Amino acid sequence: MSRVYISKDMASVALGADALADAFAAAGCEVVRTGSRGLFSIEPLVEVETGEGRIGYGPVGPGDVAAVLDGTHANRLGDVTALPFFVRQQRFSFERVGVIDPLDCDAYAAHDGWRGLDAARAVAPQAVVDAVKASGLRGRGGAGFPTGIKWQTVLDAASDEKFIVCNADEGDSGTFADRMLMEGDPYCLIEGMAIAAHAVGAGHGYIYIRSEYPFAIETMHAAIERSARRMAPFTLEVRVGAGAYVCGEETALLDSIEGKRGQVRAKPPLPAIEGLFGKPTVINNVLSLAAVPFILSEGAEAYAAVGFGRSRGTMPVQLAGNVKNGGLFEVGFGITLGELVNDIGGGTASGRPVRAVQVGGPLGAYFPPSMFHLPFDYEAFAGAGGLIGHAGITVFDDSVDMAHMARFAMEFCAAESCGKCTPCRIGSTRGVEIMDRILAARNTALSSVRPEPVEGLFSTLDEKDGASTRSARTEGGYLAKALYSRSPARIDTGLTAQTDLLRDLCDTMKYGSLCALGGFTPYPVLSALDHFPEDFGASAPIQDAAE
Amino acid sequence: MTSDGDTGDLSGLIDRLAPLHARKRGGLLPLLHAVQEEIGFVPDAAVPLIAEALNISRAEVHGVVTFYHDFRRTPAGRHVVKLCRAESCQARGGAAIEKAMQRRLGVAMGATRGDGAVSLEPVYCLGLCAIGPNALVDGRPVARIDAGAIERIAAGVGA
Ligand SMILES: Cc1cc2nc3c(=O)[nH]c(=O)nc-3n(C[C@H](O)[C@H](O)[C@H](O)COP(=O)(O)O)c2cc1C
Ligand code: SF4
Ligand code: FES
Repeated sequence: MSRVYISKDMASVALGADALADAFAAAGCEVVRTGSRGLFSIEPLVEVETGEGRIGYGPVGPGDVAAVLDGTHANRLGDVTALPFFVRQQRFSFERVGVIDPLDCDAYAAHDGWRGLDAARAVAPQAVVDAVKASGLRGRGGAGFPTGIKWQTVLDAASDEKFIVCNADEGDSGTFADRMLMEGDPYCLIEGMAIAAHAVGAGHGYIYIRSEYPFAIETMHAAIERSARRMAPFTLEVRVGAGAYVCGEETALLDSIEGKRGQVRAKPPLPAIEGLFGKPTVINNVLSLAAVPFILSEGAEAYAAVGFGRSRGTMPVQLAGNVKNGGLFEVGFGITLGELVNDIGGGTASGRPVRAVQVGGPLGAYFPPSMFHLPFDYEAFAGAGGLIGHAGITVFDDSVDMAHMARFAMEFCAAESCGKCTPCRIGSTRGVEIMDRILAARNTALSSVRPEPVEGLFSTLDEKDGASTRSARTEGGYLAKALYSRSPARIDTGLTAQTDLLRDLCDTMKYGSLCALGGFTPYPVLSALDHFPEDFGASAPIQDAAE
Repeated sequence: MTSDGDTGDLSGLIDRLAPLHARKRGGLLPLLHAVQEEIGFVPDAAVPLIAEALNISRAEVHGVVTFYHDFRRTPAGRHVVKLCRAESCQARGGAAIEKAMQRRLGVAMGATRGDGAVSLEPVYCLGLCAIGPNALVDGRPVARIDAGAIERIAAGVGA
């Protein structure tokens, strides 16, 4: 009887992995369900255990069982880890993902699991905090704040009760690393949280997972139950979000766990001093916490040895959107954007030229290929008017309408604003209106000279009947009522006036918002306007020679 | 399915579910999830019952129910299609799929069809961003949605 490995990651299942697993089981194979290796162009993937190690075949379907088992299938990949996509990676946090059964405690222990926790518990809390500081680890949730310094604050805060909170809200489009880690190696996250608990003196923790991740929720529940004794005296609980993007913001997340509306709190006080239920709280992203076991078991130097400038260690980069080799690519900081998109990602899936990439989710900037020399580094991206965020890269081909994407950014902000401050709550709605006027003016002015936008390779369906995207989430709600509540009759609706107004509005949002939802929405809007002015009805910019 | 005015059934339900969550700190969201899991939505008539069970004000419960996109105040259709509208799916032709899906299912985005067969709801990212356009169909993930997939989804929900 042969043993085969097939992923049960949500993405793999969406591509048909369950039917594949059933077919191999029906053929009498022992099927081990794992996490995903992270390259979706070869999924559904099956790996067959042989004398020479695991031999991969993919993509394959339920009808391919016989050809896979006798080794004749055309999509034979050989050793999957020897594929270029995997050879170039440095898997510190994702080492076990795609390799082991995520809930198998013995497999976790056999693959170096719990070594970090044992090392941490053998030393004093301060020594653990010092190791995390020395590793240079910065928060992977977006802001890039040094994790060790955050932990120090919580360690130093005197309190009868402290908490560890894991931010698994992962709302950014283009990101899925948190999900893949929770589904593929949940004990790694639990180990990281238990280490944090020892480091700061916390007894209980929460993992706040977005409701859109049903597989991750189920896996984490099961993993917590099975590892309860190993993490004791630390205890853990899963809390499920309810579809609000803003609950990824740390203070809104804390309010949500407390059972309230997920509204952003003013800082100070910092959550490290007055966090969950008013107690000192470590709140970290999944990837920040999942990096910690490696740091404790292999040493801070081993982690810090990799990286670029002040960005140390590795980043699980997520290649998404219209990209040929989409998936998860963990690598040391410093690799350039162009290497990621073109060399590793292989350009677009549609085969058309790359026109723009959005880095860092819906609050991240759009970059043209002329900026592909940028190294993946917090400071380099900030200097270029963008952010790394949670390291999702969404690739667009030349069929994208950047003015439409700018409108979407404003629309998303309007739908997801928590409503606490005016620049974001009102500004985003006014932003949608301005973008609608710009789009109308552009379409009138340029319909004679500009060709119709080319249809993407994916959009084979006819699009004749639709207007522009509507605000579906708030259909008939406040956004529909608020839009155009002021008559534009007395406004100059020309392109120049509206573009100036857009810049002015972005300025207000950027400097007047309480949190990064309102404060960073100007990034995608202004980067689209600055790098792709022709989509906003302006004359084309002088092309870079390199482009 | 419990109807809006069916307070008898409702108080039985809240009596049963509330003790499971009332002792948790911040138990309101878990309780609301549990109610919606059982009867598909959170009826307005449940709000005072939940408030009483958790010893908080009705305004607090109402505020939470209306803040979060997940909680429904009216019943959903028998099938629920949550279609992703976020950037990475748009980069893979999501807007065209959204239009085709609305047309094929006969329901506008964000609405439930008149006969109650299906609700089409927007979702902003399912974490499947390299294989879009994506949807959750009655909780089951579906990727790389094209014209054929729309047909299969429509057939599955009896549309
Ligand atoms: C609107 C908004 C959404 C956010 N969403 C997330 C999220 O989904 N996951 C996350 O880890 N951090 C998110 N953040 C960042 C958190 O506020 C916070 O910086 C992070 O959880 C801290 O953990 P870290 O230091 O490990 O990165 C978001 C911030 C904002 C303003
Ligand atoms: S910027 Fe928006 S989301 Fe952030 S606090 Fe203000 S209203 Fe809330
Ligand atoms: S953008 Fe659609 S799944 Fe992430």
